[in-house]
Amino acid sequence: MHDRSDKPRLAVWKFASCDGCQLSLLDCEPELLALGEAIEIAYFPEAATRPIRGHYDLSLVEGSISTPRDAERIRAVRRRSAHLVTLGACATAGGIQALRNFADLREFMAAVYAHPAYIHTLATSSAIADHVPVDFELRGCPVNKRQLLEVISAFLAARRPAIPAHSVCLECKSRGLPCVLVAHARACLGPVTQAGCGAICPACHRGCYGCFGPQETPNTASLTRALAALGLERRELLRLYRSFNANAEAFRAESERHGE
Amino acid sequence: MSLPPHSAQLLTSEGLDQLLRALRRGGYRAVGPTVREGVIAYEDIDCVEDLPRGWTDEQSGGHYRLRRRDDDALFGYAVGPHSWKQFLHPPRQRLWRTRGGGDAVQIEREPPDGPPLALIGVRACELKAVAIQDTVLLGGAYGDPHYRARRADTFILAVNCTVAGGTCFCVSMDCGPNVATGFDLALTELAAAGPPAFVLQSATPAGRKVLEEISHRPATESEIAAARARVQHSAQHMGRQMPAQNLPQLLLRNLEHPRWSEVADRCLACGNCTMVCPTCFCTSVEDSSDLRGQQTSRTRRWDSCFTIDFTYLHGGSVRQSTRARYRQWLTHKLATWHQQFGSSGCVGCGRCITWCPVGIDITEEVSAIRASDPG
Ligand code: SF4
Ligand code: SF4
Ligand code: SF4
Repeated sequence: MHDRSDKPRLAVWKFASCDGCQLSLLDCEPELLALGEAIEIAYFPEAATRPIRGHYDLSLVEGSISTPRDAERIRAVRRRSAHLVTLGACATAGGIQALRNFADLREFMAAVYAHPAYIHTLATSSAIADHVPVDFELRGCPVNKRQLLEVISAFLAARRPAIPAHSVCLECKSRGLPCVLVAHARACLGPVTQAGCGAICPACHRGCYGCFGPQETPNTASLTRALAALGLERRELLRLYRSFNANAEAFRAESERHGE
Repeated sequence: MSLPPHSAQLLTSEGLDQLLRALRRGGYRAVGPTVREGVIAYEDIDCVEDLPRGWTDEQSGGHYRLRRRDDDALFGYAVGPHSWKQFLHPPRQRLWRTRGGGDAVQIEREPPDGPPLALIGVRACELKAVAIQDTVLLGGAYGDPHYRARRADTFILAVNCTVAGGTCFCVSMDCGPNVATGFDLALTELAAAGPPAFVLQSATPAGRKVLEEISHRPATESEIAAARARVQHSAQHMGRQMPAQNLPQLLLRNLEHPRWSEVADRCLACGNCTMVCPTCFCTSVEDSSDLRGQQTSRTRRWDSCFTIDFTYLHGGSVRQSTRARYRQWLTHKLATWHQQFGSSGCVGCGRCITWCPVGIDITEEVSAIRASDPG
């Protein structure tokens, strides 16, 4: 066993997010013991107010960039990290909070805050990769626990993570699930969404919501034609593409085709 | 055509129930059609009551619905989303594991899994698909030992199709609707207002042996004639056709046909067609290691020619565009499969048509190319 100083140092950083992806890490309970043996964990759930010290072999970053201060902070994290992996839809696409990118932020602020002048925020919520180079992006809202452990294990073994970028349909069919789109005429984003969740929603007789963002070659236009033929209207199509991964390029472009 | 022979027997629905129970007593895991969440799936079954009594299916491009029949038929539907490869060539197969590190590393082979399989209700196109996978996975110098072990012990109860599905075209591919070889026992369901009855033929010692445990009687000439007529009727009512003449030549001289771009416009590159196709066999291997680096394993999983990674070589993917990937899939099925394995890779089951979310139809694609073939 390595002594403490030999172990790779892992840090977890939080930006604009709901903490769900960090919870996935905590949810790795049985594996956390082994994780603690293999790496030294420096955990910064709410580190926004403290200065950043030290160097890290692997930084896991949760959350999007939505304030000027965070835009600075992510640069500091990058400088101090040998490898930087983003976790989840917020960090890889801007998250649900990127809905602001499609609207006028000042209107929102005026509606919510008594003194909007005190709010220091950016007009958009954006992905970490829009600000600094990222070594690997782990998708999902939230990330899948098994995939998270795979990325950390792969990093420790210096191998490529086995995280496929193909559609959810491959996972859905590998589980032998009946297709909700073909057999029940339910809207499903599975064909244009990246696998990783294990097809949770089709397993519960619902269509995929696109939590893992666009698959490697998403043909949203063709899927939209099929969904429109099932009776989905403009507004429903817009909402379908505009959720957790609203700002991911393929979904953003498709939702804008059905915009106001 | 191999239709029920004059030596055929008659089996009642009770007899079929006895047969399923006898197989299970004999140590088989019986899997067969059953209704699950709005489709006819292949799952573990215990007895006749688990079969889709009185159900049929409505199928077309990207469309599948269960419908009630006006009788109690047990096999009155076509194939559904599952195929037998789910069991014989499963979606995930661990190949080996290692323990320990350095000089002490030990490699453990994956042991054979579970009891032998009894496949219940295998259709003619599916028998052909199993034979094709036998060629692919067992032919040549390096057979797959996991597949070989499963196949060696598999019992097959086949069923002649008495209804053709909306996307079936086995007649065009010369693969059905009647079974020819590759089964232990075969049933043809007779039309009846009352309880189902079957004309039964046996083809192997294993099939005859299990017959000793169940009640049946010789079928009458008129029962045999009725069974034959029902199969012939389904042969004349195929939902689709795909004239097979010179298919490989036709496709291979049209590799730059504009139709490939048109279909790529619709194709989602979702891979559903390859997942449901009973002959598609492609896999990738994934290595995994645990956090301590003490255990590793290699797992083979279904993959698809519609993914980018599938043709990833140093420097990038060979087939970047969906056009290239769809063309690869279709021309492999219908043309280059002949060169590689000595038969077509398509048995005309229609699954890729039904389960394509946007209803892309292999028979339509071929006829569009044929219609404008400069020759
Ligand atoms: S249910 Fe959705 S994810 Fe599953 S195969 Fe159908 S379209 Fe794909
Ligand atoms: S290509 Fe389509 S019709 Fe032919 S065997 Fe495969 S799934 Fe069936
Ligand atoms: S042909 Fe249909 S099922 Fe196959 S990859 Fe394209 S869209 Fe998916």
